[in-house]
Amino acid sequence: MHKLLLDSPGKEMLLLGNEAIVRGAIEAGIAVATCYPGTPSSEIPDTFFTLYQEGGFYFEYSTNEKVALEVASGAAVSGVRSIVSMKHVGMNVASDALMTMAYLGVNGGMVIINADDPSLFSSQNEQDNRYFSRLSGLPMLEPINAQEMKDMTISAFDLSEKLKLPVILRTTTRLNHIRERVIFGPIKDKPKKGYFKKDPFHYVAIPAVSRNLHKTLLQKYDEALKLSENSEYNSIKGKGKWGIVANGVSVNYVQDAVEDLGIGNDAAILRMGFSYPLPNDIILKFLNSVEKVLVVEELEPIMENEIRSIAQSNGINVSIKGKGGRLFTRLYEFDPGLVRKAIASYFGVNDTSPVKIDISNIPDLPGRPPNLCPGCPHRAMYYSIKKVYGEDAIYPSDIGCYTLGVLPPLSMADIVICMGASAGSACGISAATDQKVVAFIGDSTFFHSGIPPLINAVHNNHKFTLVILDNGTTAMTGHQPHPGVDTDPLGVKTKQISIESVVRGCGVEHVEVVNPLQIKKSISAAQAAKDFDGVSVIISKEICPLYAKSIKRAKKTRPFYVNQDKCTHHMDCINYLACPAMYIDNGKTMINQNLCIGCAVCAQVCPENAILPIKDA
Amino acid sequence: MEVTRIVFVGVGGQGNLLASRLVGEACISANVPVVVSEIHGMAQRGGIVESAVVMGGATSPIVSDGEADILIGFEPSETLRALNKCNKNTVVISNIRPLPPFTVAIGQGVYPDMNKGLDLVKHSVATLIAFDGDALAEKAGNSLSLNMVMLGALVGCKATPLKEEWIKKAIENTTKKAFLDSNMQAFDFGVAAARVG
Ligand code: SF4
Ligand code: SF4
Repeated sequence: MHKLLLDSPGKEMLLLGNEAIVRGAIEAGIAVATCYPGTPSSEIPDTFFTLYQEGGFYFEYSTNEKVALEVASGAAVSGVRSIVSMKHVGMNVASDALMTMAYLGVNGGMVIINADDPSLFSSQNEQDNRYFSRLSGLPMLEPINAQEMKDMTISAFDLSEKLKLPVILRTTTRLNHIRERVIFGPIKDKPKKGYFKKDPFHYVAIPAVSRNLHKTLLQKYDEALKLSENSEYNSIKGKGKWGIVANGVSVNYVQDAVEDLGIGNDAAILRMGFSYPLPNDIILKFLNSVEKVLVVEELEPIMENEIRSIAQSNGINVSIKGKGGRLFTRLYEFDPGLVRKAIASYFGVNDTSPVKIDISNIPDLPGRPPNLCPGCPHRAMYYSIKKVYGEDAIYPSDIGCYTLGVLPPLSMADIVICMGASAGSACGISAATDQKVVAFIGDSTFFHSGIPPLINAVHNNHKFTLVILDNGTTAMTGHQPHPGVDTDPLGVKTKQISIESVVRGCGVEHVEVVNPLQIKKSISAAQAAKDFDGVSVIISKEICPLYAKSIKRAKKTRPFYVNQDKCTHHMDCINYLACPAMYIDNGKTMINQNLCIGCAVCAQVCPENAILPIKDA
Repeated sequence: MEVTRIVFVGVGGQGNLLASRLVGEACISANVPVVVSEIHGMAQRGGIVESAVVMGGATSPIVSDGEADILIGFEPSETLRALNKCNKNTVVISNIRPLPPFTVAIGQGVYPDMNKGLDLVKHSVATLIAFDGDALAEKAGNSLSLNMVMLGALVGCKATPLKEEWIKKAIENTTKKAFLDSNMQAFDFGVAAARVG
């Protein structure tokens, strides 16, 4: 049996934060788990995926976050425990369902795992999703370490069933990707099958029903507030005249700073774990016990403003600082040194931080941005499209590995907004300008949210080309399956939805499927698409080689080399294709045979026919 | 217990996340408090991979600028890039085999003179342990065992409470049989390299 499924209370394991959440869900006896993958949450569904068959629960990679949340909602109203995970921007997609699920409520516990990404390690923005609890009225829990990620997942289910509301568990990238000791608890035996009891005047959100449901939601707020006042996750540690309030991973930075600065006798720490609704009475008590308060929270000053409002309504006049007072920024994630410095300066103690060495003499270092892999089919398609459409066409792009095409020399992304927006923004650009427009979207992203804008484009007579980069997987987030694949990574057959049929079904009249590794054919497909008056679609179909390798489907190929007798050193291959297996050595173009996967694209690009496969020895 | 803060840097594919995880596993079985943190996502696409291990009771999972007790760089230019993590007491362990990024190949950057760079490091931190880790991995018979070499050097440098047996046990528990001997060999080479300095 998989270790994470063992019913062995007391067992200790080094777990990734995301694995700890999964273990929590297992201990809570979940029946249904859904998701749309997205960094930093992806290891949650990937772990569920490895466990579900043995674990006896239902799991799916859903087509998008909204669908994932709806599936989990359906299960929870039917009385079983369900969990849904997504990254912060996924919550935007899911929010339509979220807002009304707060009205409808649940029977079985429902937990929404929301992973924020301060510092934008792998995201298009760093929005603070604590606002979603305020917007929806749903309670929020915020763990500080891996053990709590497990334990709070269980508490979130209990809380959800007590309040009959979905509960949001909010993490940040740092927590999702820590590894720590986690002590297992017992696995609860909860029903895996539920029963949907009809109750249309509760579950059908028509105005007459929702007016009452909104009232109920507000009553639940009062109940939730009481639970928050008594929650073990809202606790005051230490005593002293200086008050520090913190949430999430910052609690660790505060604890370490108090220790490092030796101010344990002067500082009291209020840790907010049940962070919505904020516990009014605890905060009041805290404000009354200290002389000044520092609020340590990444991103937006949410607690800070709410605490300030509690102080104001109770006529308390202690100084409350954080973002206000500029001790902290609203940008990026915090780190221990930054928090230590702010604490030292606000309370006027000596900063004991070590001094970093002088690095001004270090030579300039070449950048090392992430890049499309050697032999990536996206690069090949970018090459062919640019050959036909040139530098002046506008290239809206989308979210996935292919976004990396923004880097020179490819420079094949002019605007990226969010999942599915390439096709939508292409409609606007083509309507508002006379410029040529070619939009790119990945296969998984197409299913996620690319279909409505494509229908929009056809119906409203827009003129552009959409290139669907179909590499048979959700590559960027770690090679999850999507509706367009016929087998999942474990080799289990899945129902495949043909992208081509979907595109034709959307009314697109010009559709061509090409293998991007065949440059001549791709160029002529691009030319035909360009000549078509209306919406044309190219489906660029070739498996991600990294994924092919991991599922042992990689073709046997020979690496290529540059025949130096034929090479005339114009470096077209490097200047236009830029496969990272190529490099320049003393003015000569070379191919690193350990990196080259033998896709043969460079050989087709080279006008001198100087690039050839290495013959068997 | 003294808090020890270790920063690992390398390039996608060099296996530094496994190295930091093994230190985590070793600490767990030896009952040493530990937090490991990793940057995921871009590891397979040629980008920089960073992880941190904080052992000894601090609960913050990351290491701020100037606060690393040990910096362990799997690639020399990445060692230099991460020097902002160091103070004058830091022990720096670095592989010296360059892995030029693609930006160099397309003429957007120049790979710096490593000897000069590492010489600067030597004069600004407590100790610099620099050696050709890839050569040792190859000598051990497995060019992919650079991470084991570097782990060996981490233990060999004696700047941590880590014991050889702990790490070896962790390697044993996670390595496929076919690679176990070469991994252990690589680890031992790393230990020896650090001892020599
Ligand atoms: S993982 Fe696959 S799709 Fe992504 S860059 Fe590499 S080859 Fe291309
Ligand atoms: S064949 Fe050419 S383009 Fe393909 S991976 Fe090798 S060097 Fe890169």
